[in-house]
Amino acid sequence: MSFEFPLLSLIIWLPIVFGVAVFATGDDRNAQIARWISLIGSILGFLVAIPLYTNFDSATGAMQFLENYQWFERFNVNYHIGVDGISMPLILLNCFITPIVVVAGWEVIKERVSQYMGAFLIMSGIVNGVFSSLDAILFYVFWEASLIPMFLIIGIWGGPNRVYAAIKFFLYTLLGSLLMLIAFIYLYHASEGSFSIEDYHNLAIPMTPQILIFIAFLLAFAVKVPMWPVHTWLPDAHVEAPTGGSVVLAAILLKLGGYGFLRFSLPIAPDASHYLAEMMIVLSLIAVVYIGLIALMQADMKKLIAYSSVAHMGFVTLGFFLLNAYGIEGAMVQMISHGFISGAMFLCVGVLYDRLHSRQIADYGGVVNKMPVFAAFFMLFAMANAGLPGTSGFVGEFMVIMSAIKVNFWYAFFAATTLITGAAYTLWMYKRVIFGAVASPGVESLQDISKREFGLLAILAISVLWIGIYPFPLTEVMHATVDQLLTHVSNSKL
Amino acid sequence: MNFIPPDFAPASSEIFMLIMVCVVMLADLAAGEGRRYVAYLITQITLLGCAILTFVTFSTESTLTFHGMFIDDSMADTLKLMVYGTVSAVLVYSHSYMADRGMLKGEFFSLILFATLGMMVMISASHFLTLYIGLELLSLSLYALVALRRESLMATEAAMKFFVLGALASGFLLYGMSLVYGATGTLHVSMLAQIIQSGASSKEVLVVGLVFIVAGIAFKLSAAPFHMWAPDVYQGAPTAVTLFVGSAPKLAAFGFVMRLLVEGMGEMVTDWQGMLVILAVLSMAVGNIAAIAQTNIKRMLAYSTISHMGFLLLGFISADTNGYSSSLFYVIAYVLMTLGTFAMVMLLCRYGFEAENIDDFKGLNKRSSLYAFITLLLMLSLTGIPPMIGFYAKFAVLQAVVNAGYVWLAVVGVLFSLIGAFYYLRIIKLMYFDEPETIEPIVSNSDVRILLSANGFAVLALGIFPQSLMGLSLYAIQNSM
Repeated sequence: MSFEFPLLSLIIWLPIVFGVAVFATGDDRNAQIARWISLIGSILGFLVAIPLYTNFDSATGAMQFLENYQWFERFNVNYHIGVDGISMPLILLNCFITPIVVVAGWEVIKERVSQYMGAFLIMSGIVNGVFSSLDAILFYVFWEASLIPMFLIIGIWGGPNRVYAAIKFFLYTLLGSLLMLIAFIYLYHASEGSFSIEDYHNLAIPMTPQILIFIAFLLAFAVKVPMWPVHTWLPDAHVEAPTGGSVVLAAILLKLGGYGFLRFSLPIAPDASHYLAEMMIVLSLIAVVYIGLIALMQADMKKLIAYSSVAHMGFVTLGFFLLNAYGIEGAMVQMISHGFISGAMFLCVGVLYDRLHSRQIADYGGVVNKMPVFAAFFMLFAMANAGLPGTSGFVGEFMVIMSAIKVNFWYAFFAATTLITGAAYTLWMYKRVIFGAVASPGVESLQDISKREFGLLAILAISVLWIGIYPFPLTEVMHATVDQLLTHVSNSKL
Repeated sequence: MNFIPPDFAPASSEIFMLIMVCVVMLADLAAGEGRRYVAYLITQITLLGCAILTFVTFSTESTLTFHGMFIDDSMADTLKLMVYGTVSAVLVYSHSYMADRGMLKGEFFSLILFATLGMMVMISASHFLTLYIGLELLSLSLYALVALRRESLMATEAAMKFFVLGALASGFLLYGMSLVYGATGTLHVSMLAQIIQSGASSKEVLVVGLVFIVAGIAFKLSAAPFHMWAPDVYQGAPTAVTLFVGSAPKLAAFGFVMRLLVEGMGEMVTDWQGMLVILAVLSMAVGNIAAIAQTNIKRMLAYSTISHMGFLLLGFISADTNGYSSSLFYVIAYVLMTLGTFAMVMLLCRYGFEAENIDDFKGLNKRSSLYAFITLLLMLSLTGIPPMIGFYAKFAVLQAVVNAGYVWLAVVGVLFSLIGAFYYLRIIKLMYFDEPETIEPIVSNSDVRILLSANGFAVLALGIFPQSLMGLSLYAIQNSM
């Protein structure tokens, strides 16, 4: 299938151009203009991404919507982009979340509005770039560049401990990615002068370098996912980030790590992946079980959701390293679904935080008496987070557990405990915040959600239910790509 | 006696420069107090004239003249063009700073031009004596420039330290050169290479000489453990002079290393490779770790320079065209970033106020979001974050290092640049996350504003389109090897 129009470039650069335009509106006297430009930009960004789905050929695992131009000849680096069934849904998710983030910050952000909105739009474009790069250096450039806006968002608009969180976020992620850069350079020499990711997929590499490459990639992606034990930056970053920042962080940026495993670790170092799969599975299970228990003990709602993100992303990495089709597809569904659910959960906490300026569970209680509509939405998302059948949270976890049981009963057993702990921490928090007697004069004065907030939560609720009930459109586009990925993984490259 | 006059054409820009330095001195004397802009304009015209001369005579092949003591090749011409541009930018950035402090005297311009001439001679030297003369012309002008604020105790101390240590390093260098002369009987760079290759010289003497030469080079580059002078000089000198000391001479130092080690003693690569590994790792370690502890912005940037020089040396370790051109790219990128950074520091200075502490960057985003953004670009570039040019510089060097088989060295390099990220991020943090201590707007002349904006955005634009500069570096090195 050919598609001459440079659609992918448009998807990458349109939000960036709008972001720059938003910056250009200057200081807060033009805040309203900045808001509208960002809204238009983000909605346009989503609209132009739709043809990516409608024109997608799900029968092939090859790259589509290809564009390939020379970027700099000195090191044979190309502006080479394209998508397959793994990256396309993630791009759609990203384009979908951006307008939500813009609307979520509409009234809440009052200071330096243009910088805030501009940063989100630019980040959206950069993330699309990460998902569609087929050149290692292009990938790396987008990958690192995505750090900058997030660093500023946490640092400028975050909570009291924001500086610590922002710097921790930046340095942690930089550590991982610098080693990945060296791995790329090694591959460049090993492949005799190519930075094309697809070339690397067919490159024979001896075992020792393969393991080292795997570890370099692992550090980069594990920090981003984040896997236990390098997850500690995430709760700090989440707690201090503004609501929009948390939503993007959980819904999009964590997916970069998962995507990296599928695009780099598994196909480039398949033998090392097999060799180290058990270690990866154990790390993932620790994340699922142990981090789930930690989440139970949190007094801060955002921290609780952050830890629950780590546990859910543990499912994603678990699914990848089971190294079968069900596991990988389940993990992909889990990534998309987690994007919706965690985004929605952070929005819900944001709704409460905007009103009472507290994230402590203890400060709330009896919210349902004052905000019944909000309580209903929050209930749906909490259930989805706990993995209730009929919501998107269930589909991915179920697929991963199914495939785990084929590999090893105990993997499945430990993974399945999440259904208990997940329900425990989410619903217990829900009970303490929403039910009971009205806890304080603050809660007494709460107003139910506005039309703006209702719209946001409703869109996310529909998405969560849609994937929960009818995930076929999502899994359909992945089949061919996942099959192709698995052939790469099963062929030894020694 | 039969005297054949040498071919002056390859040295035309040096000769023009020398004449114009005298013109600047005389013109300034004639123009007198209050009309310093005459000297300023003539200086800028001189640089432009030199640039035109060098550009017109740009040589794609090496030409030797003055009995083989002077060489004109594409590397020399490229470096010289960069030097003119850098010096010209230094003058634009510094003239109002110097004028505010009553230091905009004629000698400022003539010293800068003499230093520039020294750099040009260094870059074009193909004989150890020419190299030494160029180096001393540069160094002596720099000592005087550092001491320009003569009533300041700090500046005098810095100049003293610079002079004593600099003289020591020159001594090292001369001693090393004399040993090399003793072993080979020549000071001509190209003949030296031949003699070493023929194996007719004593290896032991050569290696001892090489140690001294490398020590001298390390001092001039401010590479650890010969870096002690840099923080004090950077801090003590007037910021405009720091800007000069920290920028253009690094280009000349690159040429110096190329002429001495690569062209002259290229046969002894296995000997100097190991020494450079030690220098590079130590510089990256000392520079990046010590910079964290600094509260003075100029000292911090001095340590940052030391770490960057370590990275620069990494490129030489691979000992091939690929590596040298990566180092050349690195040094150009570095100079571009340093120019912008020190220009920002000077911009924060006001009449009667010296911006010395990193806290002076506090809340810059609220005072001027344009300048804060430019500084953001510069800091990210110094850290090596894409899409800024600093990333491609690091990338080019790292790939050369990996290509040479030193993967562990590349890992060490990136780990230290991770440490380095912290203190650059701290500047960003101060600008964007903290409240300003003063809300005084930042005053700047329009020429500074335009040049600084261009400089900041060049860091980004050259990062998005790095091919031009990378290609130029490769071309310059390839044609002169």
